Amino acid sequence: MPSILEVQNLVKQYGDFTAVKGISFDIKEGEIFSLLGPNGAGKTTTISMLSTLYTPTSGDATIGGHSVTKDPMAVKQVIGVVPQDLALYEDLTARENLIFWGQMYGLGGKSLTSRVDEVLEQIGLTDKAKNRVKTYSGGMKRRVNIGVGLLHKPRLLFMDEPTVGIDPQSRRAILDTVKDLNKRGMTLLYTTHYMEEAQELSDRVGIIDHGELIALGTQAELTKQVGQTDTLILHVGENDDPEMLAQSLKGLKGVQHAEVSDHSVAIVTPSAEEILAAVVSKANERGIKIRTMEIREPNLEAVFLHLTARALRD
Amino acid sequence: MRKLLLIGIKDLTLVFRDRAALTFMLLAPFLLTIGLGLVTGRFSGGASGLSDIPVIIVNLDDEQLGDALVEVFSSEELADLMEPTASSDPEAARRLIDEDEAAAVVIIPEGFTRSIIPADGTAFDQNYVETESVKIEVYTNPSRPTSSGIVKAIVDEFVSRVEEGRTSGMTSLALLIESGLIAPQDIETESNGLFQNVETTESTAITLKTNQQGAEAVDFDILAYIAPGMALLFLMYTVSYGGRSILAERSQGTLPRLLISPTSNVQVLGGKVLGIFFIGVAQVGILILASSIFFRVDWGDTSGLVVLILATVFGATGWGMLITALARTPSQVGTIGSAIMLIFGILGGSFIQLDQMPPLVRTLSRITPNAWGLDGFTTLALGGTLSNLLEPITALLTMGGILFGVAVVLFNRKGIVQK
Repeated sequence: MPSILEVQNLVKQYGDFTAVKGISFDIKEGEIFSLLGPNGAGKTTTISMLSTLYTPTSGDATIGGHSVTKDPMAVKQVIGVVPQDLALYEDLTARENLIFWGQMYGLGGKSLTSRVDEVLEQIGLTDKAKNRVKTYSGGMKRRVNIGVGLLHKPRLLFMDEPTVGIDPQSRRAILDTVKDLNKRGMTLLYTTHYMEEAQELSDRVGIIDHGELIALGTQAELTKQVGQTDTLILHVGENDDPEMLAQSLKGLKGVQHAEVSDHSVAIVTPSAEEILAAVVSKANERGIKIRTMEIREPNLEAVFLHLTARALRD
Repeated sequence: MRKLLLIGIKDLTLVFRDRAALTFMLLAPFLLTIGLGLVTGRFSGGASGLSDIPVIIVNLDDEQLGDALVEVFSSEELADLMEPTASSDPEAARRLIDEDEAAAVVIIPEGFTRSIIPADGTAFDQNYVETESVKIEVYTNPSRPTSSGIVKAIVDEFVSRVEEGRTSGMTSLALLIESGLIAPQDIETESNGLFQNVETTESTAITLKTNQQGAEAVDFDILAYIAPGMALLFLMYTVSYGGRSILAERSQGTLPRLLISPTSNVQVLGGKVLGIFFIGVAQVGILILASSIFFRVDWGDTSGLVVLILATVFGATGWGMLITALARTPSQVGTIGSAIMLIFGILGGSFIQLDQMPPLVRTLSRITPNAWGLDGFTTLALGGTLSNLLEPITALLTMGGILFGVAVVLFNRKGIVQK
C-alpha cells in the first residue's frame, strides 16, 4: 500500500519548550493509524501541524504528495479534521452548520445539498437537522462535529480524541462510525489516550510521550517488542491472608513474581494457563478461598508502562 | 470574495439569533432615543420637535449685515423654531441667559458690517487700513445645549455665507477691473450691490442646506440629533462585539477550523470584518429607519443617508478591529469596547452637543466616528445632500482605512489568526 502521509522529523517548539521532538512515521492508504499517548504528549500539536494550522519549527510532512509547509492549500483539500473540542456554531442548526462548512470547502448548489443530506444520514441526525446545535446532547454535538469533517469526502481524516467527555453509548457510536468510514475506504489518523480504543480500531499504533514517538507498529509487534508475560490476578476472601498465599506461590515453577495488593495477589508468569491448576492447589493447601481470578494478556497499556514506567492515565 | 461574504452573512445570522445582543444593539438605543425625546419635549411639541427657542438679539451694529442677521432670526421660515427678542444691553442679555431665561444671546458688535464691507470711498483707497475683524458673539446657555447649538449653527451659517460672499465678490470685482469690464469709478456701486443681496435674501444663510428645490427654511428636529447619537453610541458596542467574536471563535475552536479549511487567513479575517460591517450597517440602518417611521424624522437625501451610514460603520469597524487587535481575550475586548463606547459617546457628542464642548474636546472628538457621523446626520436633517457630506465621509473612510492598516499589522505581529 502506498503512503498517503509521510512525516519527517517534525518539530514544534514554543520558546524553550519543545512540544513535538522530531517525530517520523507514515500512514498507508486505507489504514487506521492511532497516535496513543497521555494528555500533553503532543498528539494535538502533531495533528495541528499536519492539518497546516501550526507551522512546524522544523521538519515536514507530505500528505497526498503535498508538503504541509510548502503547499498547505493542496493539503487542506486532501484532509478532513475532526478537532478534539467541538468547533461548531451553536446558534445555527446542524444543517446550517454543515452547509456553512461545506461552503468553506468549496461545495455549493445541489451537490452541497445532497452531500449535507448524506452526512446527516450518516451521523444519524436527519430528524434533528433543523434544531439548533445548542439544543443537542454532547453526543449529538460530537456527531455533528464529525459530520463537518466528512463533508468534502477527504482521503485522509484526522480525528483528535473524538470520544473525550461523552457517554458510553455515544462513544460506541463514534467508534462504529470510524470503522464504517474505514470500510468505505477512508484513511484515518486517530489520536486517543484510551488504550482500548487504539486496540479496537487500529491497524497500526504510534505511541507518543513527551513529544517523542516511543513505539510504532502493529499491536502484535508492539506487545512482542515488550516481551511482557501474562498477569494472573487472584482475588481472595476478606478473612484470608493474601501475603501468605503470595509467599507460598513464589517458589512455584513458572511464577516469576507475586505481589500483594489489598485482597488480591498479582502473579507474573509466561503463561497463566499453565500455572493455573498449581496455583489453585496451593491456595487450597493453605485454606485460602479464591473468590475470582482474571488473566491479563499483554496490551498497549503494558507496552506504555514498559516504555515509560508510567500508566497511560498519568 | 464568496467566502468573505459567506462568513460575513453567517456572523450576521448569528447576531440576529442572539437576543441579548439584539437587545443591546437595537432595543436599548431605541428606548434611549424615546427617553431623550421625552426629556427634550420632542413628543409633546408636535412634529417639529424643538420650537420657540428663546433667543435674545443684541444688534449694536445697526447696519446692513447686522440688520440682515436680525431679520434671519425674525424670518417667517424660522417663526416656529425661534422666538427672538431684541435687546440693546449685552450685559443684561447675558444675565438673562445666566438666569436660564433664554437659550442664547446673539451679540452683533458695533462695526460688524464695516469690518466686512468697507465704507463708501474706502474700498480701493490706497490709504485705507482694513479694520480689525469684528466677531459676532453667541453667549449660550449650557443647560440648553441643543437649542443654543441650533442658534449657534444659524449664526455660523450666516457668517460663513457672508464670508463666502465677501471673498467671491472681491475676487470677482478684481477680475472685472482687470479685464476692463467695469471702470474703477463704478467699484463702490458694484461692491455695495454684492452685499445688498445678503440684506435682501436674508434667509439664504440658513437655507444653504435645504434641498435643491426649495427655499424651505430649516426646521430642525431634535430627534434627528438624538436618534443617530444613540445609534452611533451603540454602534461602538456593536463593533467591539463583532471584534470579540473573532477572539471568541478562536477559543471556541471555529476559527482554527476555518483556517484548516481551504480558506486563506485573509479570507477569514476579511470575512469577520465584513460580518462586523454588515452587523453595524444593519444596526444603524434599522435605527435610522425606525426614527423615520416612528418619530417621523425626515432624513432627506436617501443616497446621502446610505453612503453616510456605510462610511460611519466603516470608520467604527476600524476601531472595533483595533480594539480586537490590542486585546488578548474576548472579555478584554468587551471591557475596552465598553470604555471606548462611553468615551466616544461623550467625546463624539452622543450625549451633549459638541458645540457646547470646550475647544480641546471638540478637537479630540475628531478621532471618533460618532462626531463625524453626527455631523453628517445633522447635515442631512437640515436638508443637506450627498455633496454636503464630503468632509465627514472622507474623514470616516480615512479613519477606517488607517485603523484597519494598524489592526492588520498588529494581527500579524501577534499571530492572532495563526500560531
